[in-house]
Amino acid sequence: MDRRFKPGDNVRVIQRSQPGHVRTPMYVRGKVGVIERVVGSFPNPETLAYGQSGLPYKMLYRVNFMQKELWDDYEGKPDDSLEIEIYEHWLEAN
Amino acid sequence: MSEDTHDHTHATHTHDGKPIQNDDRPPIEAETLETAVRELLIDKGVISAEEIHREIEMKDGKGPELGAKIVARAWVDKDFKTKLLTDGSSAVLDFGIDMRPTELCVVENTDEVHNMVVCTLCSCYPRAILGIPPAWYKRRDYRARAVREPRSILTEFGTVIPEHKQVRVHDSNADLRYLVLPQRPAGTENLNEEQLAELVPRDSMIGVSDIPS
Repeated sequence: MDRRFKPGDNVRVIQRSQPGHVRTPMYVRGKVGVIERVVGSFPNPETLAYGQSGLPYKMLYRVNFMQKELWDDYEGKPDDSLEIEIYEHWLEAN
Repeated sequence: MSEDTHDHTHATHTHDGKPIQNDDRPPIEAETLETAVRELLIDKGVISAEEIHREIEMKDGKGPELGAKIVARAWVDKDFKTKLLTDGSSAVLDFGIDMRPTELCVVENTDEVHNMVVCTLCSCYPRAILGIPPAWYKRRDYRARAVREPRSILTEFGTVIPEHKQVRVHDSNADLRYLVLPQRPAGTENLNEEQLAELVPRDSMIGVSDIPS
């Protein structure tokens, strides 16, 4: 399956409102991170959750964000980070 | 009538004078659906009540001991550790664990990085390895705060991470399940794999604590 991104690429999570079984939490939408690894292709949870096939499969990535990017008032250390899984259709090149 | 000579049962009251509270809430839709599907499957002979009972017992019986064995193996076997960190699902097949349809992602604590795991959207947890998640793992306050103020949460668990060390939170939000590989404590060079496994508490594999020294 084709993949748009590779480890080290800068990406932005798409800022959009979408109801349903979406696995992209609000706190990462619109935020910029770096691809940590390509996980592989998985059924799309946004349709799978409703008894559908989950096809076509979606490429899944782990994305690393600096905590300071996620929270303006982050109180920890500047190097602290967070990693989360994001499907390709929620990512754009940055 | 004294407390120790009375001859009635206590279905409706206790002897401290308070009525027994029935705290059962009405079933949510998913529970009603589960009951309906389960009864249909039993009626049609697809599965038996005994099989369901055994499956629940097996799931309830799983505990963090399995995770501790995996950690101890990684501490003593370099090749296993490499495999565990690069292809966790395959590595744990040796322990009879099948992660499908999820995949296992093992993250290693080092002198530079401390990892901790949360599922903000629900309560995803490596049940096949650690068993049933602790109640706090599913609570809203842990799920909300772990991504926003991880160092504060860690301190509440008695885990103070030095300033020079990065705290890396893993939000288990989709198809991976996470296991933290804690650091092997100093002074354990003479212990064998079985003895090492006894040192590894559940919370160190979720990343909210270290190995007690």
